Amino acid sequence: MRFDAIAAVLLVPLLAAAALTLIPGYRASARMNVLATVATFLSALSMFFIRPQPGSYLLVDDLNSTFIVLTTFVGFTTSVFSASYIGHELETGRLTPTFLRFYHAMYQVLMFAMNLALLANNIGVMWVAIELATLTTVLMVGIYRTHEALEAAWKYFILGSVGIALALFGTILVYMAARPVVGEGVDGMVWTILITHANAFDPALLNVAFVFLLLGYGTKVGLAPLHAWLPDAHAEGPTPISAVLSGLLLNIALYALLRFKMLLAVNSAALAPGPLMVTLGLISLVFAAFMLYRRRDIKRMFAYSSIEHMGIITFAFGMGGPLANFAGLLHMTMHSLTKSAIFFAVGHVAQVKGTQRIADMGGLTVTNPVLGWGLILGVIAIAGLPPLGIFMSEFLVVSSTFVRSPALAIILVFGLLVGLAGLFLRLNTIAFGEPRGGFAKTEASYLPLFSHLALVFAMGIYLPSALVAWFENVARLLG
Amino acid sequence: MNGIDFDIAHLLAGSLVLISFLELYQDRLYALLNVFALHALVLALSVAWQAYIQDAPHLYITAALALAFKAIIIPVVLHRIIVRLGVHREIEQVVGVGAAMLAGMALVALSMVVMLRVTQEADPLAREDLAFALSVVLLGLLMMVTRRNAVSQVVGFMSLENGLVLAATGAKGMPLVVEISVAFSILIAFIVIGIFLFRIRERFDTVDVQALDRFRGERR
Repeated sequence: MRFDAIAAVLLVPLLAAAALTLIPGYRASARMNVLATVATFLSALSMFFIRPQPGSYLLVDDLNSTFIVLTTFVGFTTSVFSASYIGHELETGRLTPTFLRFYHAMYQVLMFAMNLALLANNIGVMWVAIELATLTTVLMVGIYRTHEALEAAWKYFILGSVGIALALFGTILVYMAARPVVGEGVDGMVWTILITHANAFDPALLNVAFVFLLLGYGTKVGLAPLHAWLPDAHAEGPTPISAVLSGLLLNIALYALLRFKMLLAVNSAALAPGPLMVTLGLISLVFAAFMLYRRRDIKRMFAYSSIEHMGIITFAFGMGGPLANFAGLLHMTMHSLTKSAIFFAVGHVAQVKGTQRIADMGGLTVTNPVLGWGLILGVIAIAGLPPLGIFMSEFLVVSSTFVRSPALAIILVFGLLVGLAGLFLRLNTIAFGEPRGGFAKTEASYLPLFSHLALVFAMGIYLPSALVAWFENVARLLG
Repeated sequence: MNGIDFDIAHLLAGSLVLISFLELYQDRLYALLNVFALHALVLALSVAWQAYIQDAPHLYITAALALAFKAIIIPVVLHRIIVRLGVHREIEQVVGVGAAMLAGMALVALSMVVMLRVTQEADPLAREDLAFALSVVLLGLLMMVTRRNAVSQVVGFMSLENGLVLAATGAKGMPLVVEISVAFSILIAFIVIGIFLFRIRERFDTVDVQALDRFRGERR
């Protein structure tokens, strides 16, 4: 029998989820969780070497294999972090063993849903997968069952469901547009068939469809007027879930949006999706940058930073063209790696200090030097200072915008600088000064944190030419 | 397609919009749930009619699901929940009836203008179904933002979702309709279980969502 990477990427998490519901001990299940994510990551990696031949429901191309490798990699490192994080939660009694078992199973279901959303060649299947991913994260956000956690889960639930519902309406409209051209039945939802016929679709219908899809999936990306669920969900759930939400789930929704953007790009009579995405992206960036100043909760602060960066990425893809798309892809990769690294650090910081309130923590570099400097490095990276990876991708976004529309670039730079100052203002209280809060020793595994930071650092200094060629190829695909 | 087929489909879809308006001004939870059951019943009829005129037997599953799950099981369960939570006599309204109705009419006008203009090529039934469906979706959204009570927000969400099912069945030959309606039913079941299991009442002493706002993020 031949090794089938697609089946592995989908079935390993699913089987692991089933097995994890049965394993009682938390050490065993945490280990099993790591093993399953490693296996998924390795099979995803194999897609680069042997391109699988999927059926009509699934699809593998350069675009989604990039996303899948990123998703499974961060999924893997997060599971390593989760193993060292979650034991502490059990000791402090925030989680019971039953909930922990549930948590591990849900983690794998989430990995399955995200991989399915990326692999789906059918816009209906993609929608169902994103709904499944939403449901599992809702359950995990509410897992502590405190007032705040339940409120966050409820808010996420309602806003996420509305977003998902609008996206479905958009999906139905796309089918309506496709039906006169490709005929009735399944063909009208298969993405590869849609993209070859999209130039003959009714442009007016496609336009309306895209607006609904942008509002629907945009809610899940966390774009500014629709972002209300995001800070709560990040702050109240377990930190590994914050890392996965920020680093991965937002990307998945953006990926869905990109697929539909490609459809519209083929149809010359339809409206250009770019300006809409550029506008929403800039609003998110500037809004989130200002919101960074008044945050009192460390996880909420980094949640707003995620909105800011999703804004930049959406902006870059909205600008379009090979260079801006390249910058967007690079920024997305860098943001996923950096933001999850930051949440790894923040998770341990919150455990050590026994609080998430910024005012109650201080002098981290004195009490826990490794963790403190790890966090500082992460913030330096996310703020976009050289020589780290995000500096390079932000520089590319800004410089490619300056050439085409200087006015937009000025707003962009303004937002970036405001965000940078906001982050460092808060970092100063946390990392330096008089030590405050708990003084517990950390029993953390620093491996996930520093391996992410090392990657971001290395890619900031030197991008391998193979990677550049790959990203250029994907950027061309995005049009 | 002959005249009477079209007329009946039109009638059913139009009634859904009307019932959405009825939901909009119910200020007692009991009455609201009854109206919602009617909403789901009309949806089931409408889907069954589409199944008949499109000769698409799989749509009968969706119709049966709408009838059993949304017209019977969910209202009964929610009735019990609100009795147990002791909120069945509660009166709630954030904006006045007049304002809500006016906003609703504006939304219906909006969806007619948008959908009828962009779908000129499509066949008339699908076209008007879509316009009605968008109205139902927007009215559901309106209800979700004008209510504070968790139960009535859920009802708003469910009628929004009815609009989506109407759109999906109106699009002739659309694949995965049954799967999508099942996925939605699961979602709704989760929400309803959520209300109950999270025991919003127990934790907050009220299902008034405004009370939840007090616990919002930002620890001070």
